Amino acid sequence: MSAPPAISLRGISKRFGAVQANDAVDLDVAEGTIHGIIGENGAGKSTLVSILSGHYGADAGEIALFGESVKLASSADAIARGIGMVHQHFMLVPNFTVLENLQLGFAKTRLLKAGRKDLLARIAAISSAYGLEVDPFAVVERLPVGLQQRVEIVKALIGGGRILILDEPTGVLTPDETDRLFESLGVLKAKGVTILLITHKLREVMAVTDNVSVMRRGKMVAHRQTAQTNREELAELMVGRAVRPVRNVSPSANGEVVLQVERLSVRDETGAERLREVSFDLRAGEILGVAGVAGNGQSELLAMLAGLMPPAAGTVRIGAREIGAASPSDPAEMRALGLAHVPEDRRREGLVLPFAMRENAVLGYLDEARARRPWMIDRTRMTGRCQALMDTFDVRPANPALRAAGFSGGNQQKLVLAREHGASPRILLVGQPTRGVDVGAIEFIHRQLLALREAGCAIILVSVELDEILALSDRIMAMNGGRIVGIVDAAEADRQSVGLMMAGVAHPLPTGTAEPVYRDEAIL
Amino acid sequence: MAEAWLDLMQILASTLRLSAPLIFCAMAGLFSERAGVVDIGLEGKLLMGAFAAAAAASATGSPWLGLFAAIAAGMALALVHAFACVTHRGDQIVSGVAINILASGLTVVLGIAMFSQGGQTPPLSRPERFGDITLPFTETFADIPYFGPFYAELLSGQNLLVYLAILAVPITGFVLFSTTFGLRLRAVGEAPEAVDSAGYSVAWLRYRAVLIAGLLCGIGGAYLSIAHGGGFVREMSAGRGYIALAALIFGKWKPVPTLFACLLFGVLESTASRLSGVDLPVIGEIPVEVILVAPYVLTVILLAGFFGRAIPPRALSIPYVKER
Amino acid sequence: MTTPLPRWADLLVIPLLNLLLAFLVAGLVVALIGENPWRALTVMLQGAFVYPGSLGYTLYYATNFIFTGLAVAVAFQARLFNIGGEGQAAIGGLGVALVCLALDPYLPVVLVIPLAILAAAIFGAGWAFLPGLLQATRGSHVVITTIMFNFIAAGLLVALLTGALMRPGQSTPQTRNLDALLPKVHEILRAVGIDAAPSPLNVSIVIALLACVGVWLLVWRTPFGFRVRTLGESEPAARYAGVAVPRTVIVVMCISGALAGLMAINEVIGAQGKLVLNYTAGYGFTGIAVALMGRSHPVGIVLASLLFGALYQGGTELSFEFDTIDREMVLVIQGLIILFSGALAFMLERPLARLLTPRARLAHG
Repeated sequence: MSAPPAISLRGISKRFGAVQANDAVDLDVAEGTIHGIIGENGAGKSTLVSILSGHYGADAGEIALFGESVKLASSADAIARGIGMVHQHFMLVPNFTVLENLQLGFAKTRLLKAGRKDLLARIAAISSAYGLEVDPFAVVERLPVGLQQRVEIVKALIGGGRILILDEPTGVLTPDETDRLFESLGVLKAKGVTILLITHKLREVMAVTDNVSVMRRGKMVAHRQTAQTNREELAELMVGRAVRPVRNVSPSANGEVVLQVERLSVRDETGAERLREVSFDLRAGEILGVAGVAGNGQSELLAMLAGLMPPAAGTVRIGAREIGAASPSDPAEMRALGLAHVPEDRRREGLVLPFAMRENAVLGYLDEARARRPWMIDRTRMTGRCQALMDTFDVRPANPALRAAGFSGGNQQKLVLAREHGASPRILLVGQPTRGVDVGAIEFIHRQLLALREAGCAIILVSVELDEILALSDRIMAMNGGRIVGIVDAAEADRQSVGLMMAGVAHPLPTGTAEPVYRDEAIL
Repeated sequence: MAEAWLDLMQILASTLRLSAPLIFCAMAGLFSERAGVVDIGLEGKLLMGAFAAAAAASATGSPWLGLFAAIAAGMALALVHAFACVTHRGDQIVSGVAINILASGLTVVLGIAMFSQGGQTPPLSRPERFGDITLPFTETFADIPYFGPFYAELLSGQNLLVYLAILAVPITGFVLFSTTFGLRLRAVGEAPEAVDSAGYSVAWLRYRAVLIAGLLCGIGGAYLSIAHGGGFVREMSAGRGYIALAALIFGKWKPVPTLFACLLFGVLESTASRLSGVDLPVIGEIPVEVILVAPYVLTVILLAGFFGRAIPPRALSIPYVKER
Repeated sequence: MTTPLPRWADLLVIPLLNLLLAFLVAGLVVALIGENPWRALTVMLQGAFVYPGSLGYTLYYATNFIFTGLAVAVAFQARLFNIGGEGQAAIGGLGVALVCLALDPYLPVVLVIPLAILAAAIFGAGWAFLPGLLQATRGSHVVITTIMFNFIAAGLLVALLTGALMRPGQSTPQTRNLDALLPKVHEILRAVGIDAAPSPLNVSIVIALLACVGVWLLVWRTPFGFRVRTLGESEPAARYAGVAVPRTVIVVMCISGALAGLMAINEVIGAQGKLVLNYTAGYGFTGIAVALMGRSHPVGIVLASLLFGALYQGGTELSFEFDTIDREMVLVIQGLIILFSGALAFMLERPLARLLTPRARLAHG
């Protein structure tokens, strides 16, 4: 009881321009515990741990580690204090070996050779002590994502690792890999390592943490013992009000087939096969949810259907048009065929951030802005169209002249959706519709997708948020390694069975004994 | 036969001499670009180095002070490049262009102000230059067939900086691939965020890489004006910085292949003068210009991926910004 | 990048401050070599605007820079860095010379001139086509390929001007005098009764200004320009929006090359009346400074071209007036301008934004 907390933060504040990312944040983390920090996108979690890992300096506030007040002016300071950080995006040099990546931070000698043996021994020691096996001579980019993350954990521990911070560690993992990660965390905790887990997934917090702190809009709003709270309370604390998630409850329309994909394969520029013999049908008035861990072919499926990647083999049929390796399509043609696309990466693809909103409103639909002279753009028409889209989809501020970069993630996404919706598509491809979007906008976007479905549009929904897929889909298609593992009716699917399919295990028939479906958790 | 051998040795020796400035510049580019900073300012630093060397050697009478001045000049321009590209995250290509134009203007303006000879420095006398070094035993070996001419023409009789150029390659390789500094430098050109999160300053690593590039270009410049040549003349770098850049790409950002690319381009230059006006069987007379532009044509063909892909460092030309 | 400046600051204050910085450093260089920077500036200004015919010279230089500046700016819109203006202009000159050499003995001047202008554009475009094609289809960076193409163009012109195209019976590397010449502005003025000092300024400047209007319309008012700007801001977004990226890259490079090639008419059938070796004299590179200074906008480019025209003309005056200052001083200024308004573009932006933010916030309410 009397031992000082491993981490103690008092009054931490940090401002980026006009945004107060952290506002007088207090936090105590007891030694040898797993402590969760949850919050929505932009709540300030990442900024807080960036301060704790020395990446940014705080504008104000104090940090104490194991009762000792410290200044963390740089990453080096934090590492020297035994803080190890596992970032959401791995901080590894992809074409270096594991050993070289570790030498990067921990070689103490001028010559690489001199410190090599010593470092190898330390890696081996960490590996055996915590059950984190890694091959030091493997090139990082050739390792599966789960192992790359393990390298990150080893890296974090090798620096002295009394405190381990993990920022959204499960976003890239299969449910199975996630389980293994949590097992490792258990081992680390048992050996006295203090763990700070940053996440927006309540399930994970409930599953592994001892204590949990909730952030909202830069402020720390609550601390709870995990055993004495529940998801509903945490969700409400995170969002600041009661949450009424959107669900797909009406029966499927069973409309006509509008898209037929047969034995479709796609290769990327390097020639690697990203989609392997994928076959499925899509019907009018249904939402087909594509579940999978990032990087298992979903992005390529969207890109191919949008005309951005040519098929290597197989066919896609839309109406009378058959797209194959010999007859590839392009985005302009796909739009003409009645297919609209809300891309996964709205900031890079869906919008041109330095452009005004009115220009973004006609991105991909330049005909909507063409003057009577076809070689000129009619700026009045362009502005009018943007204004109309902004009004119907409640984009704020509703000013077409402002640059897209200045809008919040939710409002940016609303404009993209409005633009694609405005084309009255027969088929809509949607990638990660709620990534980086606040809860209010998530509800709005989900409702719009369901409304489109009611109107008879066929929707393919790709999301790494399994809960989103479970809540909105009529059918769920799980992908692994570029293949379809199985397609199931959403009514018969649950988190466990879909999780197994995402891990590549062919679909076991759903049984009555499976874990209940947490469809009400959709947006969290 | 013996005569052909002697000829060959002479061609190789002249190749070596013409390659030396390319090697310095290409190794310079290797440091900078492996750290993620594009350096099309090699040309300007080379030119500035050449001017500084000749000016200092002429003023002080010492080639060593000339070399020192060249290094200082090269590093000064490198500092400008680093300040623009690393500190202020400016466009690296634009900065390189600026440095090249600046150097081509400054050398002439300063040259006229200092020596009033239309931008040239006065011709340098022997003691003001790095002379050729005759290695011992040249006489002794002279009569040995093949080895004699090889020793006398190629191994011996070069100036100090030629030997230094050859040495620069293994040194570069050693620094980049066997030292911890080199590992971090390469990492900064591939994944700077990894270096940053490991607690090492991306900016300081890039500064050092760019400054080393300035140093090497400076030596290359000194070679042009006070070792190979006997004074500075306007635009004496004559595109060698760009050829070195081509060699660097040709050598796929690796020291030894880059050395060979430099030697290849050196051979082209040395044969160009020998072949001018010579009527070759079958081909006929090759215009000198054709041979002189060969490095550029070869580089374009290489870049088009016809000799296998050259994969640049991943973070090349991308300023490092801590993500939010 | 973080806080965008108000438009007026971005378009006016920043370029002027950069210019001021460049002149300050250049002034330091002048002081370093023992001359009075203020006097040097006065001499330059007089040389550029005051002496008889000097304005004509200034505008004649500016014409070159409008062409090469537009060339760089158009490519910038698609985030392509065309450093090859020098080579494209040289090859454009070759086109002009070939048309004139081949046709001017047989066709009337009024027919040859349009053909020559067309040839300048087509040859320039042709020289940019290959780098564009290689970038679009093979991923080789236009920066490097256009540098290489500059040297190849130079080699080609040396070979031709010392060989097949050399004026018969001479040993200077230049063509014979061409007959199809563009009218000089001072001749036109004299014809309508206005006395003007002779200068090489010719009707190319009208074509240059028309090109400015054309570029403005193309980039900011047509669907093609929209696609080009989309590509320049974000290639993934352009692909997503259905822009045919390879084709657009090639077309933009060709337009850029054509504009650079057009510089040839001002020199070859405007000022000089023949194709001489190295006639491009670095004007292609000056185009980079002009485009940066002019913020890649036609209006800015015209202003920046005037500035550089004045610098070049005033620089010539410098070398008459001072023993110790050569016109290469202009290169120093040019390098500094590229440095400050290009490579160090963000240096002033942030402090200025910080300076202006409180006021900007007030203005927004």
